[in-house]
Amino acid sequence: MAETTEKKKRTQVPRQKMPEQEPKVRAKNFDEVPFGFTPDLAKLEASRCLQCKKSSCVEGCPVSIDIPSFIEMILQDDFLGSARKLKEMNSLPAVCGRVCPQEDQCEKVCILGKKGEPVAIGRLERFAADYEQAHGEFVMPPMEPPTGKKVAVVGSGPAGLTLAGDLIKKGHRVTIFEALHKAGGVLVYGIPEFRLPKAIVQAEVNYLQKLGVELKTNMVIGKIYTVDELMANGYDAIFLGTGAGLPTFMNIPGENFNGVYSANEYLTRSNLMKAYLFPQYDTPIAKGKNVAVLGGGNVAMDSARTALRLGADNVYIVYRRSKKELPARIEEVHHAEEEGVQFHFLTLPVKMLGNEDGWVCGMECQRMELGEPDESGRRRPIPVPGSEFNLGVDMVVVAIGTGANPLVPSTTSDLKTNKWGYIIADPETGATSLKGVYAGGDIVTGSATVILAMGAGRKAAEAIHKYLTEERV
Amino acid sequence: MFEILEARLLATAVKQFKIAAPEIARKRKPGQFVVLRINEEGERIPLTMADADPQAGVITLIFQEVGTSTAKLGKLKAGDSISDLIGPLGVPTHIEKFGTVVCVGGGIGIAPVYPIAKGMREAGNTVLSIIGARTKDLLILEEEMAQVSNVLKISTDDGSYGYHGFVSDVLQDFIDQGTTIDLAVAIGPVPMMRVVCNVTRNKNIKTVVSLNPIMVDATGMCGACRVTVGGRTRFVCVDGPEFDGHQVDFAELVKRQRAYLDPEKKAYEAFLHPGGACLGGKS
Repeated sequence: MAETTEKKKRTQVPRQKMPEQEPKVRAKNFDEVPFGFTPDLAKLEASRCLQCKKSSCVEGCPVSIDIPSFIEMILQDDFLGSARKLKEMNSLPAVCGRVCPQEDQCEKVCILGKKGEPVAIGRLERFAADYEQAHGEFVMPPMEPPTGKKVAVVGSGPAGLTLAGDLIKKGHRVTIFEALHKAGGVLVYGIPEFRLPKAIVQAEVNYLQKLGVELKTNMVIGKIYTVDELMANGYDAIFLGTGAGLPTFMNIPGENFNGVYSANEYLTRSNLMKAYLFPQYDTPIAKGKNVAVLGGGNVAMDSARTALRLGADNVYIVYRRSKKELPARIEEVHHAEEEGVQFHFLTLPVKMLGNEDGWVCGMECQRMELGEPDESGRRRPIPVPGSEFNLGVDMVVVAIGTGANPLVPSTTSDLKTNKWGYIIADPETGATSLKGVYAGGDIVTGSATVILAMGAGRKAAEAIHKYLTEERV
Repeated sequence: MFEILEARLLATAVKQFKIAAPEIARKRKPGQFVVLRINEEGERIPLTMADADPQAGVITLIFQEVGTSTAKLGKLKAGDSISDLIGPLGVPTHIEKFGTVVCVGGGIGIAPVYPIAKGMREAGNTVLSIIGARTKDLLILEEEMAQVSNVLKISTDDGSYGYHGFVSDVLQDFIDQGTTIDLAVAIGPVPMMRVVCNVTRNKNIKTVVSLNPIMVDATGMCGACRVTVGGRTRFVCVDGPEFDGHQVDFAELVKRQRAYLDPEKKAYEAFLHPGGACLGGKS
C-alpha cells in the first residue's frame, strides 16, 4: 500500500527542465546553451523514476547502461557513485548526456512516457557525469592483468574512444591513431561548443589516457602507415573507426563559388580551428549576413546556429521535404527556431549564383510538393513546375550528409567495401574481410549518431577481446 | 612537438627549415606535402616538402612569408618546435622514364619542383630545368637544381639575372629550337602555370602542375581545396596536388585562393603593427 502511494507521488512530479541561456542572448555567444541540473533539480527528476524491475530503458540503450541504478544513486546523493555506475558501461557519459537522441532510445520506452512524460534520463546522465568531472578525483577502475596484446585504433571519435576504454580495461595495450591534431573526431571538429563544450571531450580523452591508452595525433593512417604496415609492426588487432569523412555536395552549378562550404569545412573551421575567435586564432571563416544551410539534420542545425553566432542577420534552413520529415532531433530544431533560424521547407536549390569575384550572391530554388512515399518510407518531394525563385544569400553551407572517406580502404589490401565505399563489417562483431581487422561507426554504417558508433565500438571491443584471448593469434 | 634543426634565410622573406620528423621522412615521396600547425592558435598550413633525408629522419620545408601564419613561422629559429606536423599527404609525383622532362619552377614553386627534378633524373630522364623569379634576390635553389638537371636555364622578370623575361619564354625557346619534350612539370604562381600550360598546349606536351589551394584538414574531409579539372570537381589534398595542367580551371582556382584575402590582410597588419598603426590619430 505504502509503495503504491509512493509511486503515485513520484508520478505527480513533472519532468524537470534544465535551466538554459535565453535564446536572444545565446544566439550571440558560443557558450553552452543549457546550464544543466542543479543537485536539487536532479534529485527531483530522479525521484520520478519508478525503478521498474523489468527496465525497458536499459534495453533501449545501445550500450546497456544500468539506468535505474545510476538514477537511484542520484536520489541517494551519491553523485560520484552514479557517475561510476554510468562509466561501467559508457566511457563518455558527459558526451552522451548531451548529444544522444534519448527520445528515440531509453526515454522512448520509459514506462512514464506511456501516460505522461518520460524520466529525463539524458539530463540526469549529464548531471552525474558533469558532477564527477567537476568534483571527482580520478579513480582507477578495475583493470585486468596485462595480456601482452597490442591493439591499434584508427580514429579517435566515439567508436574508437569507447573501444579503447573497453580494451585497456581488459589488459590489452591500446594505441589510438588520430589524423587531426586533436582527439575526439566528430566530437571536436563537428559538434559545436555551444552544444558540446570541448573541455568535456578533452576530459573524457584525458580519462582514457590515465587508464593507459596511448594517443598518437597527426597520424593519417593510409599515408604514414598503412593498415598492412600496422599489422607488420606488431599490432595483434586493428579497429577502423575513421568516420564518414567525405563531404557531399549538391552537384549543382555554382557550388565552387567562394562562400559555399561543406558543413564539414564550416564546422571544422569554427569548432576545431576556433575560427570564431579569429584573429586571436589564425584560421578565418566567412561571416555571411544572409546564410542558407541546405539539409535538415543535426549537422544542418549546428551549422545554422553557428552562422547566427557569427553574426548573420538571416539564416535559412533550406530543406526539400516538410517539417515532419526533418531528420534532426526535435530539441535541436526547437533550439534553432527559438534562436531565430528561418525554415524554407519543400524547397530545393537548383543553382548557385556568383558575382565577379567568385563569391556566391544568390541561390535559385524550386518549390516542391510531397508525393508518394519512397524507399525510405518518407513522402518523395516532387518539383512544382514554374515555382522557381531566387533566395538572396551571401553564404551557403551544404549539410546534406557525408560519404565514406577512401583513404584507409583504398590503401588496405583485400579490405572489402560496399558500392558506396563503406567498409563491410559484421554488425554484431565489427569483423571485416581481413583477419584481425575490425571496423565500426560511420565508416561502416554511413552518417549516424554518436551513441550508435559507441555501440559499434563496444561490440567490436568484445569481439577483439575474444579474438585476442581465445584464438591463437 | 617537432623540432626545427636548422633555419636558414634563402632569399628575401624565403626561409628553409629542416625539421626532425623521422616517420614522415621515411615515407615521403616527391610531390607530397605536409600540414603544419605552429601552436594552439595556429592555422593548418599545407607545404610541399622540398626534400627529405630518411636516414637522418629530417624533412626540408621552404616557405615564403606572405601573411600572419607564415610570418609567425618565419620568426621561429633552430631549436624551436612546432606543435603539429602531419604527412606525407597527397599523391606522389608519377615518376618513370619518360625521355626528356622539362621542370619549370617559378618563385617559391622552385622548392616543390626540386625533388621532382631529382626524382626524374634518377629515373633516367634527361631533365631540362627552367627556374625563375621576379628578381635575382628572390631566386632559390640554383645550385641544387643545377646538380639534378642536365640543363638549367634561369630567368628573372627584371633581367637582374639570367634571361630577361618569364620562364614560359625560355620554355618557348626550347620548343622553337625543336627540342623534343615528353613531359613538362610546372609549379609556381597560378599565372605562371597558366601561361606555361598555354605554351605546351599548342604542342600537345603533357603538362603536370601542382596546385596550392586553401586547405583545412587536408585528408579529404572538408572540400575546401576543391578545384575543377576537366569539368569535374576534385579535391587537391587527396586527388592531387598534381593534375593535368591543360584540364585545370585556373580562373576558378585564383578566385578561391583569394577567399580570405580581406580578413587575412587585416590580421596581418594587426600582427605587423600590434596596437594599431595610427596611435597618434584622433581618438
